Amino acid sequence: MTHEFDAVIVGAGGAGLYAALEASKTARTAVVSKLYPTRSHTGAAQGGIGAALGNVDEDSPEWHAFDTVKGGDYLVDQQAARILADEAVQAVYDLENRGLPFSRTPQGKIDQRRFGGHTRNFGEAPVHRSCYAADRTGNMILQTLYQQCIKNDVHFYDEFQVVEVIMDGTRVAGIVTFELESGEIHVFKAKAVMFATGGFGRMFKITSNAHANTGDGPAILARAGIPLEDMEFFQFHPTGIRGMGILITEGVRGEGGILKNSSGERFMERYAPTLLDLAPRDMVSRAIMTEVLEGRGMRGDGKIDDYVMLDASHLGRETVYAKIPDIADFCKTYLAIDPAEAAMPVQPTAHYAMGGIPTNLDGQVCTADTVYAGLYAAGECACVSVHGANRLGTNSLVDLVVYGRRAGRHIADFVRNADHGSVPADAGKAARERITSLKQGKGTHPGPLYEKMQEVMMAKIGVYREQRQMEEAVTEIRQLRDEFKQVRVQDGSSNYNQEVLGILELENLLDLSLVTAVSALNRTESRGAHSRKDFPERDDSGWLKHSMASLEDSDVSIDYKAVDTSIWEPKPRTY
Amino acid sequence: MQIALEIQRFNPETDPQPRLQTFNVTVEPTDRILDALMDISRYQDGTLVFRKSCAHGVCGSDAMRINGKERLACKTLVQDVADADGDTVRIEPLRYLPVQRDLMVDQSVFFTKFRSVKPFLVAESEIEEKEYLQSQAERAVFDEATKCINCSACYSACPVLQKNPDFLGPAAIVQAARFVFDSRDKGLEARLGVLDDPNGVWPCENHFECTRVCPREIKITKLINLTKREIKKYRAARGEQTAEPEGANQ
Repeated sequence: MTHEFDAVIVGAGGAGLYAALEASKTARTAVVSKLYPTRSHTGAAQGGIGAALGNVDEDSPEWHAFDTVKGGDYLVDQQAARILADEAVQAVYDLENRGLPFSRTPQGKIDQRRFGGHTRNFGEAPVHRSCYAADRTGNMILQTLYQQCIKNDVHFYDEFQVVEVIMDGTRVAGIVTFELESGEIHVFKAKAVMFATGGFGRMFKITSNAHANTGDGPAILARAGIPLEDMEFFQFHPTGIRGMGILITEGVRGEGGILKNSSGERFMERYAPTLLDLAPRDMVSRAIMTEVLEGRGMRGDGKIDDYVMLDASHLGRETVYAKIPDIADFCKTYLAIDPAEAAMPVQPTAHYAMGGIPTNLDGQVCTADTVYAGLYAAGECACVSVHGANRLGTNSLVDLVVYGRRAGRHIADFVRNADHGSVPADAGKAARERITSLKQGKGTHPGPLYEKMQEVMMAKIGVYREQRQMEEAVTEIRQLRDEFKQVRVQDGSSNYNQEVLGILELENLLDLSLVTAVSALNRTESRGAHSRKDFPERDDSGWLKHSMASLEDSDVSIDYKAVDTSIWEPKPRTY
Repeated sequence: MQIALEIQRFNPETDPQPRLQTFNVTVEPTDRILDALMDISRYQDGTLVFRKSCAHGVCGSDAMRINGKERLACKTLVQDVADADGDTVRIEPLRYLPVQRDLMVDQSVFFTKFRSVKPFLVAESEIEEKEYLQSQAERAVFDEATKCINCSACYSACPVLQKNPDFLGPAAIVQAARFVFDSRDKGLEARLGVLDDPNGVWPCENHFECTRVCPREIKITKLINLTKREIKKYRAARGEQTAEPEGANQ
C-alpha cells in the first residue's frame, strides 16, 4: 500500500510530536510510530527540563549554555548550545500554557530543582534550573504533546516499523514501513521525512532504555550512506538500579541524596570537591566505577557489576514522597526498599546516545558539504551537537522540545515550495523479499545473538575503555553480524509477527554497535563519556573535532567535522 | 526456581478458539513476569506475542491478567505471584477489548473513549505572567490523575463494562478529572456532553475494582465520585438536571 503526505514524522516521542504539531499547521502530516501513542520513551524521563527561568535562584540562559558546553567537554557546537538555552525558556512556558502540570513554588510559579553540572555564574555553585513535575516530567511532556496532537487532529499510524528511507539523490522521497498488524509493507511518499526515533541503549546489557530503543533511524540512514556523528560518546547514567538498569533520577541527588561506598564514605568529595554528587554524569559514573574496581563497592570484589549506595533516607519521608514518588514506587516494587528508610543499590546504566544523525540548527540532516533536502532528525537519534561528549541532565528534554520544534517549523516552510522526490516503482519490494526470506528455510534464532551483543558492548565499550578490549569488541560484533545472516523466524504468521519486528530491531542494534565500537577505538583521547585507560587525557590539538562514521558493509570509515568554539575557549574541565 | 506459565494463546487467523498452553521457565523470584515471557519468546516459542516497551511500569504497554488480576507484566515480580517451585501462573489478555493475537488486545475503543473527553487543557483566561500561576494546593488536587498511563488495566477490571460496553470506563473519566480539577482549565461545560450522559460517569457502581488493579495506585473510584459531584454542583447552580438515571445505584 502507498500513502502520500507532505511530511512524515517517524517516532511519536517528544521531538516527533512537537515537530508534528508545528508541521501540521501548513503541511499534511503523518506520524508513523512503532508504538502506540504515549508509549514512547520520552515518557520515562524523570527529573526535569532545564531552563533559566530564575524562579528559585538567579539564573541566565548564558550560564545554562556555558554549563552545557563545559559539561560536553567542549565538543558541543556552541551556537547550537546558545539556541538550546535561549529557546528553552519560552519552550517551558509554552508547555505550561498548554497544560503541563509542573510542580509549583510557594508563589505558584513553576518549581525548579538542582541537577548535575548546572551552575550559577560559570561554575560557582549548583543552581535550581530543572523545571519538574514530581519525578515524571518526561511523561507529562509526552502526555501534554499528545493531548495537543489530539486537539489539532494530527494523523497517526501506530505500530508501523520503519525499514528503509527512500532517497532521490541527496533529497528524501519517502520511507518504507512494516505494519505490525498485517505484516504488510507500506510505502509513504513525502516531501519531508523526519526521524525522531530516539535512542539505542538496548545495545548494552544494563540499560535504562526501553525495549523499543533500537536506533531504527540512525541505522537506516547509516545503511543509506549517511555518516553518523560522534557515535563513540554514549552516556552511562551513574544511578541505575543494580542489575536491572532502571533509572533512579539525578533529581534524587538534586534534592540532597548522597552516594556512598562500602565504608559509608561520601566518595564524591574526592572526585568533585565543589559540585560533589551533582558533578556531571560522566564524572560520577567514572567515580563509581573507580570505587568498584578498587574494591570499595558493596560486595568489594572489584568486578564491574559491583555497586554502591545512593542514600536519600536523611531527606525525610515527606520530601521523598512529594518530590520523588515514582522512585519510591520503583524501589518498593523491584528492591523491596523504602528510600525514605534505606539506601538504594545503584550502578551505572547505559542511558543516552550523545551521537547520532548529524543535523544543522534547523534539524536538517547534513554533513560538512551536503544538506539532504527534506530529510530531518531531532531528539536523541540526532546530533546537533548540543551534548558534545557528555550530556547534562535535563538537556535531553530541552533538546527534543527546542530542536523538535525548530525542525517542525522548518518542515512547515520547506514543503510549501518543494515537490515530491521520485519514488521507484518497485519501492518496498526489497523489504517484502527480506521478510519472506526470514520465514524460509532453517536458521538460528535471534535470542542468543541479542544477548551476546549486549554483553560484548557492556563489558568492552563501557564506562572505561582500552584498545585491546575495543578491538575484541569490533571483531566480535562483526562475527555476530555474520551470524545474523543465518537468522530465521519460527513464526510464519503475517499478523502481529513480533519475531520479524525483533529481527529488524536487532539488525539496527548490531549495525550501530559496530559503528559505536569502531568510532570508540578510533578516538585516541579521553573526553566526556569516552574515557580510555590507555589515553587518559583530553587532546584538543588532535581531537577537538566531531567524528563522522560511515558504514560500508562490514567496514566503518571515519571522517571529521570541525567543532564550533566561537564563544568560549576550551579549558580544562574541573568541578 | 522453576515455574509454569499457563498462557492463553489465540491467533484469529488460524485458531478456531483460544486455548491454554503451558511453558516451564527457570526464573529468579525477583525476575519480572515480563522477563519470563521474553525468555519464552526468545528461547522456546517465537510465535508467542505480547506488547512491551519500558519494562519498568511507566509506558503502559504490557497490561495483562496475571492469575486473574490485571497487572503490568514488567511491574509484577515472580515472587509476587508464585511462592514455590512448580507453581503455575496463569497469563491472559485484558477483557472487554478484542484479542488481536495471544496477549495483544485492540485498544481502539479505549482510545476513542479517551479522546472523547477532550483530554487537553481548555483555557480561556489571559495569561497574566509567563506561566499561569497555580498554588501548590491547587496543583495537588489533580496530582493523582496525572499519573495515568493508559494501560487499560482498569477498563478490563470494571464489572460495569461487562454488562454495558458503552460505559465510558474508568480511565477516560480519570483523564477528564485530570482537567476538570485543574485550576487552569475552563472546559467542564465542553466535556459535559460526554460525562453527563447515561453512559458517561453515571454507570459507575463503586465496585472499586479499578482502584484495586491500577498499577499507578490512582484512587480511580474516588476520582469518578468527585467528578460526579462536580457535575451535580454545576447543574444545580444552573437549576438543571443531570443525566443520572432515576434510581441509579449510587
